[in-house]
Amino acid sequence: MPSPYTEFHPRWYRARVSTWWWLGRWPYLRFILRELTSLAVAYFVGLTLFQLHALSQGPAAYGRFQETLRLPWMLALHFVALLFVLYHTITWFNLAPKAMAVRLGGRRVPDLLVAAPNYVLWLAASAGLAWLLLRG
Amino acid sequence: MANTIVLEIARYSPERDIEPRFERFEVPCREDWVILDALNHIKDRKDGSLTYRWSCRMGICGSCGMMVDGEPKLTCATFLHTYARREKPVRIEPLRYFPVIRDLVIDVADFMRKLKRARPWLIRRDEKPLAEGEYLQTPQQLDDYRQFSMCINCMLCYAACPVVGLDAQFIGPAALALAQRYNKDSRDQGAEQRTDELSDHDGIWGCTFVGECTRVCPKHVDPAGAIQQYKLTAAADWFKSFLMPWGARE
Repeated sequence: MPSPYTEFHPRWYRARVSTWWWLGRWPYLRFILRELTSLAVAYFVGLTLFQLHALSQGPAAYGRFQETLRLPWMLALHFVALLFVLYHTITWFNLAPKAMAVRLGGRRVPDLLVAAPNYVLWLAASAGLAWLLLRG
Repeated sequence: MANTIVLEIARYSPERDIEPRFERFEVPCREDWVILDALNHIKDRKDGSLTYRWSCRMGICGSCGMMVDGEPKLTCATFLHTYARREKPVRIEPLRYFPVIRDLVIDVADFMRKLKRARPWLIRRDEKPLAEGEYLQTPQQLDDYRQFSMCINCMLCYAACPVVGLDAQFIGPAALALAQRYNKDSRDQGAEQRTDELSDHDGIWGCTFVGECTRVCPKHVDPAGAIQQYKLTAAADWFKSFLMPWGARE
């Protein structure tokens, strides 16, 4: 392919970036997977809205909705989506120390201590929800 | 350790080639040699036409950055023997995403233009009289920006960042990290001047946080961290100007 025009130097070589640039290296693939996790988050939001809609339609409609959720392919889909959402959550929490240079007593707080409260709150909220839903 | 090692070097002559080709050279694999020593050996003993940049050979000038087996590296800081235990040759290419002038030499003009847009220098609204002495800083104030000031403009972070390759307008990791270096400097008063240029799609919001710039940085500058911190500041400033339009900006 002939080199595109460059001011004063028309023959400088400019490599074209392939559409599949993200397949060549693991860190790039990991990045694309991380970006795709947003779809799983959006899926769960949509699912929750459908669930609320089914609930508003009465016990029979909600029962049918729950039956659909128990189908094997639905369980498999939700398992994969859950993995993606977990990955999404962890990468977001790990971003916190990058975005916030927290200082305490003149010293920068270690990254681990900035990320840790996110995990603690996440576990506390999950435990609270589990208690609410499973207490019978 | 093997006595010799084969380097596969990208060659490109704008007068002769349509695109780069690869040429193999067998060089001694000495324990104290870095990739740059091997390139110098080739230029001195095998092919004087091999073209590349280098200067200090001690990781300070930032001019000998190249792709070594697909990874952006300072060739003066990458030992040859780390590649000795394998069959295939070590591939040396010019830094990715930059126009190639010849062989391993890239055009840095675009980078220099982007660097200037970040205004990486101290900006003062009011200079105090010389008689009042220097602008003093506490160790903590120095610590706020020191990490970002270690940048040597080697451009390895540009070669690692896919956004640089996909979006030619993106200012890029080093320039943004240097902008943050001056924004964090207690002597600087130019943060507001930099905001319009950097808090833009071509600036911080172009960064998708791949994080490779930080991984390849030979000086541990952490450009990705600098950009994320800048995003947080810019978002907070935007909220302030939204909630208090009469007085958020100085």
